[in-house]
Amino acid sequence: MAIDAGEIERLIKAGFPDAQIRIDDLRGDGDHYAATVISAAFKGKTRVQQHQMVYQALQGRMGNELHALALQTAAPQD
Amino acid sequence: MADQVTERIKQDITDNPVLLFMKGTPVFPQCGFSAAVVQILTTMGVKFKGVDVLADPEIREGIKVFSNWPTIPQLYVKGEFVGGCDIIREMYESGELQDYLKDHGVAIRA
Repeated sequence: MAIDAGEIERLIKAGFPDAQIRIDDLRGDGDHYAATVISAAFKGKTRVQQHQMVYQALQGRMGNELHALALQTAAPQD
Repeated sequence: MADQVTERIKQDITDNPVLLFMKGTPVFPQCGFSAAVVQILTTMGVKFKGVDVLADPEIREGIKVFSNWPTIPQLYVKGEFVGGCDIIREMYESGELQDYLKDHGVAIRA
């Protein structure tokens, strides 16, 4: 049950059109990724809310096809 | 989700000031992400209770719905969801977790 990095990026981009996204395949196995997402949509949100928004954009894949996605989120610096 | 499961979760997070929903037990974690959070709490000398979701499929699914969070582990402090592995690690490294626990009246090793 693997998913490719391009698919993750596409889903996140669809949820956050302004986002700067970086995806790293940590083990090269298509199953363990790290994502950094920077979007103005995160402004004023708690970290839990920011991650929930990304999980929402991934439409249920997190915890299923996507076993491990280490997530780092932030709003852009002014 | 069955109301009974919601009630059990609510009861558990009310009764235990620091509660970690995890895979395995604090002594024998069954997943690297759960183990990482156990290690952080242990290093800080925080007393916590672990709930092994592998031993209880209803809680395993129930907690994801309850928190609107798709993965395990999940840390609750004084009934509030603090985060999963990434957030806890990030907060620990910045010193924010230490302040958070102190502000919520949880004893940590100085």
